[in-house]
This record gives sequence, C-alpha cells and structure tokens, in this order.
Amino acid sequence: MENAANATNHALIHDPSTYLIEKEPYYVPVGNEITLFEAAYANHLPLLLKGPTGCGKTRFMEYMAWRLRRPMITVSCHDDLTTSDLVGRYLVKNGETVWVDGPLTRAVRSGGICYLDEIVEARKDTMVVIHPLADDRRIMPIEKLGQLLEAPDSFCLAISYNPGYQSVLKELKQSTRQRFVAIEFDYPKPALEREIIMHETGLAPAVTDKLLKLAEMTRNLKDNGLEEGASTRLLVHAGKLISKGVEPRAACQGAIALALTDDSDMIAAINELIGALF
Amino acid sequence: MKATEQPYAYATLLERLEELYEVEFTWLKVEQLVAGLVNLDRNTQDFILGWAERLLTTNVYISHEFIIRVVEALDRLERRVIEAWAVHAADTFDQQGLRPALAVIQQVDSFLESAHAHAEGVAFDEVESILSTFVCGLSGRRLKLAQGESVYTDSETLYLPNITAKLVKSKDNFLLCKAQVAFMWAQTRFGSFRVDFATAFADYPDRQQALAAFHALDTLRLEAYIERELPGLWRDMQHLENLYDETSCPSPDKGRLGGVSLRLQSPNATINDVLALIPEVLGQSFPPRIYQPRLNPEAVTACMLARMEREKILLRVKLAELVKEHKEETPPDLPLSGEEEEKKEVAPPEFEMREVQEGQGMELVLDDKPIAPPEDVKQLLTSIMLDWGDVPPEFLVPAGDGEYDPSLYQKEEKDIEDVWKGIYHEEGAFLYREWDFARQHYRKNWCVLRELELPPGDPAYVDKVLDKYQGMIKHLRRTFEAMRDENRLLKRQSQGDDVDIDALVEALADSRDGSEMSDKLFQHMHRADRSMAVMFMVDMSGSTKGWINDAEREALVMLCEVLEKLGDSYAIYGFSGIGRKRCEIYRIKAFDDLYNSATKARIAGIVPKDYTRLGVAIRHLTEKLNTVEAKTRLLITLSDGKPEDYFDIYNTQYGIEDTRQALFEARRTGIHPFCITIDQRGKDYLPHMYGHANWVEIDDVKKLPLKVADIYRRLTS
Repeated sequence: MENAANATNHALIHDPSTYLIEKEPYYVPVGNEITLFEAAYANHLPLLLKGPTGCGKTRFMEYMAWRLRRPMITVSCHDDLTTSDLVGRYLVKNGETVWVDGPLTRAVRSGGICYLDEIVEARKDTMVVIHPLADDRRIMPIEKLGQLLEAPDSFCLAISYNPGYQSVLKELKQSTRQRFVAIEFDYPKPALEREIIMHETGLAPAVTDKLLKLAEMTRNLKDNGLEEGASTRLLVHAGKLISKGVEPRAACQGAIALALTDDSDMIAAINELIGALF
Repeated sequence: MKATEQPYAYATLLERLEELYEVEFTWLKVEQLVAGLVNLDRNTQDFILGWAERLLTTNVYISHEFIIRVVEALDRLERRVIEAWAVHAADTFDQQGLRPALAVIQQVDSFLESAHAHAEGVAFDEVESILSTFVCGLSGRRLKLAQGESVYTDSETLYLPNITAKLVKSKDNFLLCKAQVAFMWAQTRFGSFRVDFATAFADYPDRQQALAAFHALDTLRLEAYIERELPGLWRDMQHLENLYDETSCPSPDKGRLGGVSLRLQSPNATINDVLALIPEVLGQSFPPRIYQPRLNPEAVTACMLARMEREKILLRVKLAELVKEHKEETPPDLPLSGEEEEKKEVAPPEFEMREVQEGQGMELVLDDKPIAPPEDVKQLLTSIMLDWGDVPPEFLVPAGDGEYDPSLYQKEEKDIEDVWKGIYHEEGAFLYREWDFARQHYRKNWCVLRELELPPGDPAYVDKVLDKYQGMIKHLRRTFEAMRDENRLLKRQSQGDDVDIDALVEALADSRDGSEMSDKLFQHMHRADRSMAVMFMVDMSGSTKGWINDAEREALVMLCEVLEKLGDSYAIYGFSGIGRKRCEIYRIKAFDDLYNSATKARIAGIVPKDYTRLGVAIRHLTEKLNTVEAKTRLLITLSDGKPEDYFDIYNTQYGIEDTRQALFEARRTGIHPFCITIDQRGKDYLPHMYGHANWVEIDDVKKLPLKVADIYRRLTS
C-alpha cells in the first residue's frame, strides 16, 4: 500500500474507523507500559499517558493499536475544540440537515481506540463529555440525536497530557484525571535512547553518542531558559538529517537549536554547545 | 547636491564656543580651540562641535579638553574611532569620575592602542548571557559567571576579565572566552580541586614551583578529558593555540612533558596521578596555554570549605524532609502488631547511594527502594559528589530535630531596609540603564532601584471612600459588569456547532422563492476570552502632597472595586526616589495579591515621598508586567507632572527623552503604555513621550476618582 502511494504521489484515503495499522510500528518498551495498557484494556479502563513532548506517547499508541488490531482515531486537542467537534453535528446538505458523527462517536460506534492528544489544550467544558465514557458506565449520550451509545468491549479511550507546562490554566481537573489509569513516560534511558536513535536513523554509534550528549546538555537547560530539553523525536530528526549527509553542526542547529527556542541568546548558547561537541 | 558650505569664520566660532562653555562663569579659555577649528572644513567643524555639545551634557571640562585633543588627532584617527573615544570618555566619567575621564581624553594614543581592544575584543557583558547558558548546559554544578581581574575560578564562580582581546579577531576572542569557561568547568567537573592545597604542597621547598607543575600537569589531564567529551571544542582550542603561537614565539618546551602526558591522558587518570607526577617534572618551565586560567588555591579552598559545610547540613535537612513526605505518601498497608510497630519506629530511615547500572550514574535509595529526588536535591548530590568524589555516608543521615537552624546552611541575606543606611550599597538592587539623548547612548547601570514594602495605612480608609462615592460606585459596577465578556450564542454564522433552524427555514423559503440562499445557517457559542493584564504606576512624588494624593488613592479604590467585577488581572505599584542611586518602587498590589484588607491598607498608606524619575520605574514595571500571561498588557501611569529629580539633569529634556525611550522599550515588548495626568501643561511634553493618542489630561483633580475608571473602560472595550 505504502509503495503504491509513493509511486503515484497521491495520498491514500482511509476510513479512520476501519483503518488498521499494517506494519508493526517501531517501539521499544521502557518499562511495564505494554502489560499495563493491555490489562487496563481488558478491564475497560481508560488510560492517561503523561510525559514531556516527543518522548514516544503517540508512537506507543500506534504500537498498541497495531498490537490489539483496533483502528485508532486521534484527535489533537486545541483551545477551540467544542463538544460538537468531538460528538458530531448537523450539517446542511441539499437543503436538508444531515447528522455527521464526530471522531469520538465514530470510535465508539466502531469499537476502536480514541486517542485525545494533549487533552489539556481543550476547553474544560469540552473535556467533560468524555466523563460518562471514562467510568464504568461506558456510555455516550448524544442529546441531539436522542441516542445513548453503549461502547462495545473493544472500545478504548486514551488521553495524553504533558505535565511539564506549569501553567494553572493547563491543569487536568481532578474529576477528569481520577477516572484514568495513568502511565508515565519520560525520555528513555541513555542506552535505550541510543538504540532507538540508531534504529530510526541508521547513524553510527559515535555520532549517536554525541547526539545523546547534546540532548543531555539541553535537558540541563530546562528551567534555565528552556521550557523543555530536546526530545527523542528531535534527536531522531537531527539524526535523519545527518545520515542524509547534512553536516552535523548544521543538522543539529536546524533540528534541535532552532526547534527548541526563539530566544536569540539561547540559540547562540545551544549552538556553542553543538560546536563544542561536533 | 548641496554646495559645500563655507567653514565657520573665526568670530562665529568664538561666539559659539563662548556661549557653549559659558566662559564668564567657567573661565575656560576658548581662543586656542577656535584657532584649531578655524582652518578645518565645515563638515569637520560640525562633526567636532556636535560631539563637543554631546559631551558637554556629561561634563564641561571633558568637552573642552576633547576639542583641544581632537584637532591634533584628526589626521590619525578615523571618525568612527573618535566617536568610540568620546563615548568611552563619557562612560568612564559615569563610572569613575572626572579625573580618569580626563585621562582618557588626554591620552589619545593609549586609547588608540586599546581601540583594538574595543573594536575586536569581546566585552564580558556581551558574552555573559551566552556563556552562562553554555556552562549551564554542560553537566555538573551550576556555575556562575562574573567579571574579575583575571581568569580564574573559585569552584563556584567563573571569573572573566572585562575585555578579552588577546587575539586579533573578535570571533577568536569569543572562542577564547568559551574555551576558558569550558576549561574552568572541566576543573570543577573532573576533580581538579579535590586536593588539600594546604598540605599537599607542604613537602616541596618551593611551593610556587610545585603549584606551577601541578597546574601544568593537570592541564594535560583536563585537555584529554575535553578532547574526549567535547571534541568540537577541543578542535577550537587547538586552533586558538596555533593562533597564539603565531603571535607569540613558538615554544620548544611543549613536547617535553611527553612521557608523563601519556599517563595523564588515560581516561582513568585522577588528580592523585597528577600529584604523584609532580616530582618528575619539577623545575621545568611550563609555557602556559592561551586558554589556561590562573590557579587560585586560596579562593578555591575558602569557597570549598564553606560550601562543603553548608551542603552537608543542607542535604541532611532535605533528606529529613524527603523521609517525612515519603511516610505521608505510603501509609502502612496493614495495621502492625504492637511489637512490630515498636520495631518500625526504632529503625531510622536509611539512605544510600547506589550505582544504577554500569556507567549509568547513581541513584538515591531509601530503605532499599530507589526514590526520585526533587531537582534541588539532585543538584545538591551532584555538587557534593564533585567535591568529595562520592557522597560520604555521614551526609546521608537525615537531620534530627535540633539541626534545622537555617543560619547553618542558608547564605546570609541582607535586610532591604538596612541597605539605604550608611553608604549606598548596590548589592541586591536592580540596576537599570538610562538613555542620555544628548549623548545618544545609554548610561549603563545608571539607576539603582529597590522594591520596598509600603507601611499600611488606616484599614478603614477604603470603606470611607466607598461610603463617599456610594452612588457612583453602584453605577460604575453596573457599567463594568456589562463589559464582562460572557458566553453568548451567536446566530446566523457561516460556521458553528449547530444548525440555526430559524436561519435555515428562512434560507429554504428564499431558495424556493428563487432568491439566493444565504450561507449563514449556523449558530456558534462565543466563549468569554478577555485576557488583559494592567499595571498601574502611581506617582508618589512630593508634589502629590495633599488633595492630589487623596484623589489618587480614591481613584485606586474605585478602580479596584470595578476591576474586581471585571476580572482583569491587575497590579498597582507606586514609585518615587531621590537621585539615580535611590530609586524606589512600592508594592501596593502585585498581580498575585488579592484585593483584601492588607491590600486596602496599603492603598490607604500611599503617601507623597520624593521625586519622579519615570524612566527607571517604567523599565522595572515593564519587566514585571511581561512576566504575566495575557493577550493584552497595559501600563497606565497616574502622574501629576513632568519627570523630575532632585537637582538633577533629569528635570530637563533629558528626563523626558529617557522616559520616551523607556516607553519605546516597553512598546517593543508588546505593552501598551497610557498616561493619565492632572498637569495642565501635559500637552507640552506628553504627546512626545506617550504618542498623541495615549494620554489624557484631567482638568479637575476632584474628578480623578471617577474619570480613571471611565478611562479604563474606554481603553479596554
């Protein structure tokens, strides 16, 4: 399928409520997260994935969707996301009103996995629609249709959030968070991170080690001018550029320094760190 | 093109300079200056006179001397250098006074020599921010950067000189600073100071010689570390060495340590190997590396002793806190029998440092379970490991009850109130620059500002004001309540959550009718999203004494009442001071403070103080305002007149220009400044400072309390 897409330069159209991930996504477990997820899934418990950006939360979800052979519907939350955006709404077609399911409803109907990415970005009043789905009732009332959907066994709700943003506005309400089984993610340990980067980028061990050192340095800068250190994802980006023949300093500047911050002094300092390593 | 203008004639120049230097009062001789200037072309004359005038605002003697010297230096100096020279003299005057500044002007040639330093050298101020972030990114203890006489470290602070200009190009000079910083970091990181400097060199007859050998050997060891850890930097360091060799004579000695250097380059080499090798190389000469800092064993020893004591007790206190937290988090699962319970209480919690995995660092273990220490404890452990090599077991005993005396482990902090007593201290105060419009440059670190507490006033004051304006407040509250942005349903939208049935029915009817169908068929919930932060800057100068002060306070009470209704986040600060060394900001209500009885008492306690140095207050409050998250930020000044200060240049155009500049700076960060004044001459200077639309004059002070709230409403809706 992938080849066909590449050959014709046209995007393939999939229906998210039936599309299954064919190829095993590359994922290296850090701890017991896979067992925990499977146990929660078997017990109909919703999941909360916590962790800094780019540490592998979404990749983990893809992996679990593949492993459980369920379609996954991802919603990236933002501050304008309304309840109707999740549940569905009436649209006007040919002079008539037509109901269109939202992604959450579609996931419930098809018994798939609904993954609400960065849930705290959504408005608090939007978040409450997931409450009846997230406790033992596992139902979803659709007022406008007068329907009450009862989620099938295979349905799973997962949300992710990054507790790193220490903003009062972006905290998860207790009534929401206490419905979930939480799995904490962090940047993988150096040895593991090394394995991941080498697998994803095909870099030599020596360069990979330098990238890891750079990551460590930027993580030292967290709360000293940087909101976050370089994530594994950024390291993979830089590694991919390097393995395509980009000069390592230029690759790190583009993929790491400039991606982390806009502050010119901070960029200069990170560039100096890059210069010291490569 | 404009025709070349005629040079000024002798008489014109004489008259102009006599007027400039006010010769009947200053008795300065200007004939010599005129003689020098009269033969120059008009353009050069204007250039010199322009700078003489700019310098005149700094000091008349400097300006006078400048003209004398500049005429003879004209052939040798480019104009760019002359400008740098003049600015340097003015800066010297600001920092050190007249005599050193005159010396700068008089010794043109020594300036020429150091002109290179100014042109290609890098100043500490320029590199500080980048390099302190750089060193923070490297692992280990958090190190500070400071300006010092030479390059050295006391193991906590890295000192760099004011200007680094050893190399020809500024790019290389920056690299040099970076290499020096990294080298000093390596000293702390790889245990160069894990030496008892008092006893280790006691057996050598010549202590200095032994220390020199020690430093040279350790440099070899550290270089090997840097080569392994930071290969890019190591390349740069070698590049610097080569440049240095080109400028100085290449030293034949560099290879002579060959034998020992191999031993020191091993990854396992420690500081003890360095100590053991000293006798082998004693007496040799060691050409210094360009990036090698000075070794300062006294500073290191003093700093380390104090730190090791402090960190030991601090760690034990922190561990005790950790134990407490841990107990609260994990209540015992089962009720224990009496005997077991006794045992449990007797056994003290045991901390331990354990290696996680081969080469993966250490982790803290409590009662056999690894725990994740908070960031500050992690830092502390790192710092201790750097000093001791590991964490000594006695450090891991949580502190007992009697050991919580903070004076044992906290660095002493000075009481703000005491600072003004005696001579002026600048320690702990905020330093701000000020714009000198005549010089067209900032005066660096010119104003010393402190934030002080305002003694509370009559707690019943606010209620009295509320009584007085009872009717008015009711009205204001209602108006402001109406302004509150509330969630409301917007009908007939082209996009929305739901179909607007009324609109749809109409549209269908229209289309049957043959007319065009509207696409506005949806309804959309509009959500309240008023994100506003406002900072009120209240003039507390002496001139507000009496009814102006009363009006200001009443205005603030009214404002607080309505802002509480509106829900905007707001802060109120007062400002005053005497002279540039004593600028004061009074906190009345910070953004986080609630509008409670304490805040109310502080509003009541606003009293007239001294003068109005506006610029520095704006700069300080701008910084504060910028820390608040909001879409719109407003800085509103309540003022009764021009910027002024105690017998100071600030009373002139200088003050107005500095304020204007400070407001420019604020605007650049996205703040909207606005001024409410009761000065009837405000129109003479406020448009220049705030811009035409950003100020308002209130002609009747009595109306101030009512007007201010009204103006705020207009400004923000």
